[in-house]
Amino acid sequence: MSALAHVPASAGKPAPPPVRRGRSRLLPYLLLLPGAAWLLVFFALPLVQLASASLYDPSGSLTTGYAMTWAFGNYPDALQAYWPQFSRSFLYSAIALVLALLMGYPLAYAIAQKAGRWKNLLLVAVVAPMFTSFLVRTLAWKTILSDNGALVGLLRDVHLLGPDGRLLATPIAVVLGLTYNFLPFLVLPLYASLERLDPRLLEAASDLYASPLRAFAKVTLPLSMPGLIAGTLLFFIPATGDYINAELLGTPNEYMIGNVIDSAFLVRLDYPQGAALSFLLMAAILAIVFVYLRKAGTEEVL
Amino acid sequence: MRRWLADRWVMGVALLVLGYLTLPIMVVAGLSLNRPSSRLSYDFNEFTLDNWKQPCATADMCDAVVRSMQIGLIATAASTVLGTLMAFALVRHSFRGRSGLNGLIFLPMATPELVMGTSLLALFVAAGVPQGFWTIVIAHVMFCVSFVVVTVKARLAGMDRRLEEAAMDLYASEWQTFRRITLPLVLPGIVAAALLAFSLSFDDFIITNFNAGTTVTFPMYVWGASQRGIPPQVNVIGTAMFVIALLLVGASSLRGRRARRAALAMIATPAGKP
Repeated sequence: MSALAHVPASAGKPAPPPVRRGRSRLLPYLLLLPGAAWLLVFFALPLVQLASASLYDPSGSLTTGYAMTWAFGNYPDALQAYWPQFSRSFLYSAIALVLALLMGYPLAYAIAQKAGRWKNLLLVAVVAPMFTSFLVRTLAWKTILSDNGALVGLLRDVHLLGPDGRLLATPIAVVLGLTYNFLPFLVLPLYASLERLDPRLLEAASDLYASPLRAFAKVTLPLSMPGLIAGTLLFFIPATGDYINAELLGTPNEYMIGNVIDSAFLVRLDYPQGAALSFLLMAAILAIVFVYLRKAGTEEVL
Repeated sequence: MRRWLADRWVMGVALLVLGYLTLPIMVVAGLSLNRPSSRLSYDFNEFTLDNWKQPCATADMCDAVVRSMQIGLIATAASTVLGTLMAFALVRHSFRGRSGLNGLIFLPMATPELVMGTSLLALFVAAGVPQGFWTIVIAHVMFCVSFVVVTVKARLAGMDRRLEEAAMDLYASEWQTFRRITLPLVLPGIVAAALLAFSLSFDDFIITNFNAGTTVTFPMYVWGASQRGIPPQVNVIGTAMFVIALLLVGASSLRGRRARRAALAMIATPAGKP
């Protein structure tokens, strides 16, 4: 608590902008108009359209046209049909998040506090994967996890995998892919928070006979909370909606909700169902984010 | 020994994780020098330089790369202009509806791509807009704008306003002040935002997939090819992208270091001497 008191709570808030006089009062609105209009028409309006498409009469089709019948039944129907994929999306991204935290926290901490003059180089190494194509990188995991690859060979030799056990086309491959692809989004905000951590606070804790573990729990962890919260959200939201990993590294048994939505819109052309599933995904993610922020927020106050 | 271990374990774990993060890139680079045994094989087989000598052996792939670049350039130009204007308004002006606008800018970054892609598809279908090159551009501008605003805003907010005041005190007109002081100071932020926008656009798959019609971008080509068999040249493009990005980062950090050194030299030289 006392440590937190020294952290300026409003560090992220900009100073109130000075009021310009003389120049037309319209100027800010003119500057904002094109961008805001673009976002309204191509971000906000489509969400309204998606919501209404999710209530279309499910017996319509693209060729005959859809009638708006306020078919709220589309929601339970879609959820019932694809509950395994829906819940699997959240399960996989939750497991991947735990793995990413176990890997990402030490990495961010080491770069922020221990790397010294190597700091910038290590940061570039964290971002480097994003320099090349997401899909090409994900395909590289096909080679790494391949049945003929060194990794599977090694795991078979030490009997962690059976003689014909495999990694590719299993849930393990999909979760590993998710962890890998979104790990930088977790590490970067975490690093930004840990970088501002004053090492003297840890010295003070140790001077006051706190064990390293206690110092971590009472000083490091609370002070890294803003980065931790931002990082988990930046990881969890895209990971839950991802279906590239499930498609390339898994089989239909590992399909996530994105695979279903993709096929609803592009293969089966069942727009009402696809729209209902999209909306359910967004609602579920928003609900989780909301609860999480409230919980994390109250912890921060303590 | 125990102390040494306690000191170093964090660094050890960190290096292992970095290995996990960089391994796939090395595999991509390795595969770019590989002659696969069959079209559907992802395993290392035989060393060859052929893929690099004939990057366009599969013409479809190079068409897709060119199309991705065209889309990326247009989307980058448009989103950088729109986003920079908004960032100036947000940092430099007061106006009504600020919090609503902040929400509108923040939300696209927090919404799953899947939802943005499908909702835009629903809009285009309802409005009867045929999907293709320009619907991809529209979608890319939409999700790039927010990132541009955030990046330019950060640069603008950290800028020393006194430099502009000094210029105005020295009778520079408002335009001169903007042209000679403000713009050069904000430019690194704008360039960073443009690079970010281009890389987001070039690499986007999910939103593009829902709004492309029959137009094929590079990520969409890779997606389609993953079912038919990937030509090894895909890894050449992947490696080349990585190397170019790395060179850009290296160049910008060298420039930054040189600028810092020049600034230090200026402070260190006694007053009066250049």
